Amino acid sequence: MAQIELSAIRKSFDGTDVLKGIDFRIENGEFISLVGPSGCGKSTLLRIIAGLEPQNSGQVHIDGRPVDAIRPSARNLAMVFQSYALYPHLSTFDNIAVPLRMRRLSAIERLPLLGTLLPSRRAKERHIRADVEGIAEQLDIAPLLRRKPGQLSGGQRQRVAVGRAMVREPLAFLFDEPLSNLDAKLRVHMRAELAELHRRLKATFIYVTHDQAEAMTMSSRIAVMMGGELIQAGTPAEIYDHPNDIRVAEFIGSPKINVLPGRIRKDGGVDVLGTALRLSCNAAAGECRVGVRPERIDVGAGPFSGTVVHLENLGAEAFVHLAIDGAGLRLIARLADVRHLPAMASSVAFGFAADAVRIFDPAGKRIELRAEQAERMREPAHV
Amino acid sequence: MSNAHPIPFRAILRHVLLIAGAALMLAPFIWMISTASKPQTEIFSSELHLIPYRFALADNLREAFAKANLLRFLLNGVIVTISIFVLQVMVALPAAYALAKLRFLGREALFALVLFGILIPPQATAIPVFLMLHKAGLLDSYAALVLPFTISVFGIFLMRQFFKTVPDDLVDAARMDGISEFGIVWRVMLPAAIPAVTAFGIFSVVAHWNDYFWPLIVLNSEQLRTPPLAVAHFRNNEAGTSYGPLMAAAMVIIAPLVIAFLFAQRRFIEGITLTGIK
Repeated sequence: MAQIELSAIRKSFDGTDVLKGIDFRIENGEFISLVGPSGCGKSTLLRIIAGLEPQNSGQVHIDGRPVDAIRPSARNLAMVFQSYALYPHLSTFDNIAVPLRMRRLSAIERLPLLGTLLPSRRAKERHIRADVEGIAEQLDIAPLLRRKPGQLSGGQRQRVAVGRAMVREPLAFLFDEPLSNLDAKLRVHMRAELAELHRRLKATFIYVTHDQAEAMTMSSRIAVMMGGELIQAGTPAEIYDHPNDIRVAEFIGSPKINVLPGRIRKDGGVDVLGTALRLSCNAAAGECRVGVRPERIDVGAGPFSGTVVHLENLGAEAFVHLAIDGAGLRLIARLADVRHLPAMASSVAFGFAADAVRIFDPAGKRIELRAEQAERMREPAHV
Repeated sequence: MSNAHPIPFRAILRHVLLIAGAALMLAPFIWMISTASKPQTEIFSSELHLIPYRFALADNLREAFAKANLLRFLLNGVIVTISIFVLQVMVALPAAYALAKLRFLGREALFALVLFGILIPPQATAIPVFLMLHKAGLLDSYAALVLPFTISVFGIFLMRQFFKTVPDDLVDAARMDGISEFGIVWRVMLPAAIPAVTAFGIFSVVAHWNDYFWPLIVLNSEQLRTPPLAVAHFRNNEAGTSYGPLMAAAMVIIAPLVIAFLFAQRRFIEGITLTGIK
């Protein structure tokens, strides 16, 4: 268990800034997801924490101790790689035993032939065997211990990689997109397994992913990164409901949040598609963008109308793609009741509750609504 | 064979060409075996026949072993080629690892120098190397046979190209597990690179087992001679060249190479199929 603190981390490759000053504090026992589109610097940040990549400036502290000059292995963190990175010539058992052997055996004891003859090595090997078998038991890979990685399926390799990380009892676990090589079904299963592992070990998990569903379902906190900056960090619900940047709103949530052009009037009221919303803000008059999540669109009633251009029925829910009349825009609404879907090409009315609306300025920053408005918005009134 | 497909002309032509090529390659070997099996009188007879009227292979072998200390020369060959190969691997693997996986200033320039080194024929540096060995007082020794070949730029190049294909994650995982950089070379990269090391081993062993030029230059003592020099010994006999024993000796000298190659070829294919996982 560890608390990790990053201060003003900067990194550039060949003149390109990959990380532009990251300040972040990861608490003891948290499951943190670093999420963002590819190329946002999340993997680089993880590698800097691990010590595999030196930062250009800034500090990493683990449990209050600066670790910048410390080798990766001495930081006592464990990492699970996207490709699993198992040693192909070693059996499952030996793969898991490597970190223990490197730590517990002396250089002489590790020698291929001579080392095995030493009595001290034999005693230590007995402990290592017990530890590896214990881990294998926990991860359900005990029958696979003699196999080589080449003989394992993707999910099994994944477990072996987790086992190799667990066996050394690290201060924190670092995961670099560990599920992206698995098929969709196994990914959902492993998601639950990893979350359960976190609850059981109560260790600090830092999990890098570009998949917002993984971040939403497993983590206690999400840190959203874009273009080398950490834009927002918070619990999954906070990130989903109160994104402070339009890029966060658009990245988190599937299907994507609907963004409509809006206008802030001089008195602080907000118009969208020519209709006034029952809310106001303190921002200066001008253009703005109005975001509404697909599940907050009420189809069937409201001041707006649109034509159904596409229907996606997933069985448990359905997505209705609407072309908004007179705006040349499309939006997606999520319907929970698939038994009453509008017909294709039919015209439907739609609206949304005032508290479903998030307003962003042209630069993409969130605009706060007025306090008294927020109070009144609790009642689910249609605009 | 009424239901047999008619054999197309192109297929016949292809096989004729292949057989002709194979015959051309094998001819010297067949000639060697044939001559090694003939008594002296038949070798010098004017008629051409491959199969001798009287088999004299045993006599020729006996004479070859009696005339020269063939076993000693074979042992010299083994000592020299194995030492060269082991030292080449010990130099080439860490160098190739550094060139393939470590980031440092001047890496590309160093690699360009390695490529440049491949272009230099060994004969071009023979005289300077000879003079250096002379100054060091190492001429006419095993060291003179081994030392000039310990750094193989070709080996560094070959291993570097192979190491490039080893995923970086594997190296990073080894670092997280606490394996040192040299440990990574021997514990992670070497096992992953067995096919490449085997391929390099075939090149290296064949080249240095058959090397005639360098041993001829640096050796004087008979007991240090390598196999090719031993064969030459039969030719320089003042009593005239005795071709039967010479060819028998040549057979003996080639045999280990052929056996080693067959063994390595199997390992080679095994290696490729075993390590073909990500």
